[in-house]
Amino acid sequence: MRAKGKIAIAERLSAAAPAGAEKDPAELTAPAAVRIAGIRHRYGATEVLAGIDLEVAAGETVALVGPSGCGKSTLLELVGGLQDLQAGTIAIAGRDSAAARTARSTWMPQSDMLLPWKSAADNAALALRLAGGDRAGSRRRAAAMLDRLGLAGFTGRRPDALSGGMRQRVAFARTLLAGTPVLLLDEPLAALDAITRAELQTWLRDTLADEARSTLLVTHDVEEALYVADRAVILSPRPARVTAIVDSPPAPPGSRADAISAPAFVAARAAALDALGGTG
Amino acid sequence: MSRRDPVLRLWPAALVVAALLGAWQLAASSGTLAGALGLDSFLVPSPAQIGASLWEDRDLLADNAWVTLQEVLAGFAVALVLGVATATALHLSPLVRRISYPLVVASQTIPVIVIAPVLVVWFGFGIGPKIAIIALICFFPIAVNALDGLATVPADQRKLMRSLGASRLRVLTVLEAPTALPYALSGAKIAAAVAVIGAVFGEWAGANDGLGHLMLVDNAQLEVPRLFAAMVWLSAMAIALFALLGLIERRIAWWGEPRRGDGSRR
Repeated sequence: MRAKGKIAIAERLSAAAPAGAEKDPAELTAPAAVRIAGIRHRYGATEVLAGIDLEVAAGETVALVGPSGCGKSTLLELVGGLQDLQAGTIAIAGRDSAAARTARSTWMPQSDMLLPWKSAADNAALALRLAGGDRAGSRRRAAAMLDRLGLAGFTGRRPDALSGGMRQRVAFARTLLAGTPVLLLDEPLAALDAITRAELQTWLRDTLADEARSTLLVTHDVEEALYVADRAVILSPRPARVTAIVDSPPAPPGSRADAISAPAFVAARAAALDALGGTG
Repeated sequence: MSRRDPVLRLWPAALVVAALLGAWQLAASSGTLAGALGLDSFLVPSPAQIGASLWEDRDLLADNAWVTLQEVLAGFAVALVLGVATATALHLSPLVRRISYPLVVASQTIPVIVIAPVLVVWFGFGIGPKIAIIALICFFPIAVNALDGLATVPADQRKLMRSLGASRLRVLTVLEAPTALPYALSGAKIAAAVAVIGAVFGEWAGANDGLGHLMLVDNAQLEVPRLFAAMVWLSAMAIALFALLGLIERRIAWWGEPRRGDGSRR
């Protein structure tokens, strides 16, 4: 059922290829693996990344967990071609130029960064419009996506008339509609209150499970990492290296509360916290 | 936020103005004001005399106001185009910014009252020198505010646009221009207030008509009430232009300054 869902989404993604972005739109949106090798990075005298090697399989969700300021966000921006590499290589679908990576990934920062003068639908449709899509068609697809994300009836609202959780979902719709095979989510839920956050974790997990996207999810919350992602990569304090990789236990059916109190989950969380050295 | 009736909001200001006018009327008509200033009373008109001049000389005032209004609108439009174009060029190219920002600042330090006669010598008594003078003083607030507005866009927001597939030009049109629009309009409002002063300087340097020219004539002929009536027209013009821009601002740039998005505001 899950696999079938992914194939269906992959087909939809191909159909939704941004026109004129590159020669072969299907190639731009096909599920793609991310290969990160030997990444080192420094800001002036401060070394933030001390050799990161990591692979994200096509369709997989990998969480990056580490203490604040350890360079998680930098790694994400490097993958997305939004910062220049200093050492090492990163390839998406085997292509390692910054432009190729920018074209195949979509970055979602912690702040929703919705444009206050655009409606929810127009904000969500931003990537479609930037790719040359017509206004009406882009809006229709954005409305369908917002509908799917539980925001039917809010498509015409401006961001200041939406709650924090709703705005985050609009930002997520904007990210998904970009149609890229790789999603780079930088603490997408960190700014939300605990209740909204718990709700959206379940929602994010379910949505990502339906998508054929390869996702890198930055979080400082071990529970969120193991609950939402397929595995959690634990990073050391700055300068970051990978200290452990903890697989998420298969989720038992039921609520989030059941899932995170299952013995396998508790054990995985303990292992992850241990690897973090109690700093998480 | 409750939006109160504009009539209710304006009445305290109206009351103050009415009180000032009343006091002026009393002081002027009784001769107290002229006495205190040591002047002949016909040189110190009362509001009623100015009002009478506004009515009796209405055709003369309106004809000259029309000339001045054309100068103001044309000069303002030139400043708007040049100011926004300059701000955009300076924003897009650090090299252009390094080279020409000092020139932009220098444009503001040129004493208009000195350069106005030179422009009249060069370009004659027509509308040309007035447009140039008004554009010169309106240019700076528009350019600087638009440039500041363009620079307020956070780097992360630009990164996001790039990640969503935007070219540099689309980042400018989709993100930066709308963000800068409220700032540019703030600059335009400041410019509107000084545009009228520029028109008067321009006409003083050499003109055959216009409110500034009329004021010179009235001054020479000791037509003091009409001199004040011309000032009333000039003020009304500046206020109307300012209010119009405020209206445009609320219409097309209602979002104001960019929200410092932390995602937690609800």
